[in-house]
Amino acid sequence: MKKSVEIISKNFNFKNPESLEEYIKSGGFSALKQVIDMPKEEIFDVVTASKLKGRGGAAYPTGRKLQQAAQEIADSKVIVCNADEGEPSTFKDRALLEWAPFKVLEGLIISAYAINADRGYIYIREEYQKLQRRMRTAIELAEKENLLGENILGKGFNLKVEVVSGGGAYVCGEGSALAESIEGKSGRPRIKPPYIKQKGVFGLPTCINNVETLAIVPVLFSKDAEEYLSCGTEESKGTKLISISGNVNRPGVYEIPFGLTLREIIYDVAKGIENDKKFKFLQLGGASGPIASDMMLDVKYTYEDFKANGLAIGSGAILVGDESNSIVDYVRTVQDFFVHESCGKCTPCREGNRQLAVIIKRFSNKIAGPEDLASINKITDIMKSASFCGLGKSCTAPLISAIREFKEEFYSCM
Amino acid sequence: MNYCKVIIDKKEVSVPEGTTILQAAKLLNINIPTLCYHPDQSVKANCRICLVEIKERNSLVTACSTQVWEGAQILTNSKRVLDARKSVLELILANHPQDCLKCIRNGSCELQDICRQFNLRESDLSNIAQRYPLDNTNPSVVRDRSKCIKCNRCVEMCETTQGIGALCHSHRSSNLTVGTAYNETLEKSNCIYCGQCTTVCPVGALYEKDDTEKVWEILNDKDKHVIVQVAPSIRVSVGDEFNMPAGENVTGKMVASLRRMGFDKVFDTNFAADLTIMEEGNELVERIERNGVLPMITSCCPGWINYAEIYTPSILKNLSSCKSPQQMFGAISKSYYSEKFGISPEDIVTVSIMPCTAKKYEANRVEMKTNGVKEVDFVLTTREFARMINTANIDFRNIEEEEFDSPLGTASGAGALFGATGGVMEAALRSAYTLLTNKKLENIEFKEVRGIKGVKEAVININDVLIKIAAVHGISNVKNIIEQIENGTVEYSFIEVMACVGGCVGGGGQPVGSTLKAKEKRIEEIYRIDERKEIRESHKNPEIIKLYSEYLDKPMSSSSHKLLHTKYSPRNID
Repeated sequence: MKKSVEIISKNFNFKNPESLEEYIKSGGFSALKQVIDMPKEEIFDVVTASKLKGRGGAAYPTGRKLQQAAQEIADSKVIVCNADEGEPSTFKDRALLEWAPFKVLEGLIISAYAINADRGYIYIREEYQKLQRRMRTAIELAEKENLLGENILGKGFNLKVEVVSGGGAYVCGEGSALAESIEGKSGRPRIKPPYIKQKGVFGLPTCINNVETLAIVPVLFSKDAEEYLSCGTEESKGTKLISISGNVNRPGVYEIPFGLTLREIIYDVAKGIENDKKFKFLQLGGASGPIASDMMLDVKYTYEDFKANGLAIGSGAILVGDESNSIVDYVRTVQDFFVHESCGKCTPCREGNRQLAVIIKRFSNKIAGPEDLASINKITDIMKSASFCGLGKSCTAPLISAIREFKEEFYSCM
Repeated sequence: MNYCKVIIDKKEVSVPEGTTILQAAKLLNINIPTLCYHPDQSVKANCRICLVEIKERNSLVTACSTQVWEGAQILTNSKRVLDARKSVLELILANHPQDCLKCIRNGSCELQDICRQFNLRESDLSNIAQRYPLDNTNPSVVRDRSKCIKCNRCVEMCETTQGIGALCHSHRSSNLTVGTAYNETLEKSNCIYCGQCTTVCPVGALYEKDDTEKVWEILNDKDKHVIVQVAPSIRVSVGDEFNMPAGENVTGKMVASLRRMGFDKVFDTNFAADLTIMEEGNELVERIERNGVLPMITSCCPGWINYAEIYTPSILKNLSSCKSPQQMFGAISKSYYSEKFGISPEDIVTVSIMPCTAKKYEANRVEMKTNGVKEVDFVLTTREFARMINTANIDFRNIEEEEFDSPLGTASGAGALFGATGGVMEAALRSAYTLLTNKKLENIEFKEVRGIKGVKEAVININDVLIKIAAVHGISNVKNIIEQIENGTVEYSFIEVMACVGGCVGGGGQPVGSTLKAKEKRIEEIYRIDERKEIRESHKNPEIIKLYSEYLDKPMSSSSHKLLHTKYSPRNID
């Protein structure tokens, strides 16, 4: 199997990513032109058959999501592109926004058409100012060519899209918090039901998709579809943009077919560990992903293999740590992140993260005791089972997996 | 309507779709513990105390926010649930000061109740409570941020129910602050001191300024003649603090307790309410007959006065110039009463028992002075009053009843109505009608202005002129009407405004945890007090008639103006 490919990332070497002409010349917007004449059922069938799952981390089947969104009846419906990219060590969406803004836009328009949405928001994190500008330019140019706005391509389909800036909160990657943020309020998750699929942004039915998910949609309706679908495995079809960073020689964004092993990704694609040091651990999927030891290096990078091994694809982030790192110190950094990013609304996440930070600091300072392990158990347990939203429920994964995989190192701090 | 069969703790119940687990459990006499939940507010689901277990999913959910479904099997007291709830409680306590013994809410704190119910003995979490300085620069409300458990009840009350927004959220995670913009004092945050936040706070993070020590001191000062006036709604509310049924009329016990505490005379604010009606009724008639500024808006609610002065000063010209009953009483106590009984105003100390925190601010206003001294020296809320009764060792439930003193203790049924929303309006109309028509009012009950609808309207025919009136309660409901006044489309001639929902029975100084149901019970009792009175119109109150003939001459006279009327001015807090 070829190690890295260029299907989703086909346009990354364009001279001028902001040129609509260049995008169209290379086949861009041919997917939209095809889709807009298709019966909606067929659109859902194609997406479902591709087994495309949400690329932000939740991995919800996209075909089903679009189908459910289409079933909501309302005068106005909203489609959102989640470009908050808040997950640490993830930077693939940035690459897409920078090098293929039109691809993302095309995917958004196709999805909006499929679900009958007339309003679109591209929610880009505040730190990507330049990319917000780039996307605004792309929208303007698309509107000029009748690919956005009123009566798109003369088919009676209207879609108004605007770029909205995030306010600097990781929790706004969560759907209902994102909706709150678009509405101009503080990004705190909402009580569900109602789900945002029924009552989302401004109370309208809302469908939120990750940047990468949207970028793949036009691929499925283009001549690259066959090549895309020939990659990967039966359950994990196609390719994935991974963000690999840490102590590797060639960190960056790569498009890989599903099915490579982690060893191949780290040593072949990213060219191995810096300075020939020994591999120690990796964290997969972002800050709330589990920490894995070298025992996992031969696991294949697919949804099914990962699930069987208690790992998570998540956002496609792969952070590699070599032997010079202390796991305890690494976990402490991750914990500081969550202490900073908890929205503060519910007791388990707000107080739990605060307590965990204090306890981990004791490990870091080598003054921890057995009661600290007991406390960690109690706190992580309640956070997992009783937090208000996914942030609180999943943020304990790195700590729990680190203690399990690197027991000795934690004991040595007691 | 579709029904669902739900099984909670192995007991079955059938409830309509949309019912929450919390509500369904209540029908089975299962009281799932809650903390951030409040029956008169939206569901918040942030404390996570009300966890229950879903048997078939092996997961925990919050009962307050989860709706039932057909065949749901729920456990509310499995070991898993009990352990989980304890963990949540431990996390809350790990960030809460543990000085219960000295806290103002010792014995009435919802967090203490939970600790007791959960049988919490110890916790291995380190107590790393964040401590902050008190915000106590205003005369009415104290904020202790250290005790906040971030339940959000006060923010919803201030932002949504009252529409003020002095309290809000800022920051995130462990820095999440329930407080004011820019962390300013309440004084500088355009707070109207209505105190509603203090009635919903489950712990000791928001409470009334406690003046009980000052009052004890003055009661023990042999050189002072200390008198007390009691507001209309206290007599149907203070019983709550002694486990008596909501709304029970405890007038006699209230008077007896005050005397036991050492007050030289116990008088009735209802008397002063009659006085207010005399002045305000005549003022209204004058404005109607002489093309004065209409609509006229009542001015007895200090929360409303604060709101008008801060937020809508254009409306100040519409306010009645009458002082509130509290202040009218105070003025009379330092003039008429002082002269009649030969005690110099400097030696008279007037204390008022009020359901209200804003009254403390009102009593402190520089213009509220008569004969060079403060009209009202101290204001005690219902809660402080109850604490003093306890400190004085009084067995409130069993104390023998006593009567108010004269000459400031007799009141008509109209005066008694002031505690309920719509009461001032009804009382005023009873007298205004007679003043305008010289006829006796046949039907003295104005049922259209009663009840808990936010804005109540009525039309009354006086001398063949149809006069439209409105009674508003809950300060957020006033915004629409003010807009109408400002753009000239308003049709009312007379408007009563109460800042608190329910009127004074729902005041910011009332027993904590007063639900809407309790307020309705209090209102019912107030109307019963009126019904049982022989005299039900203010202008027929013999003590009032005497006061005018002996001292004030007539309503709106120059003496009346000097003692019983006041001015307002805009207060722009930048």
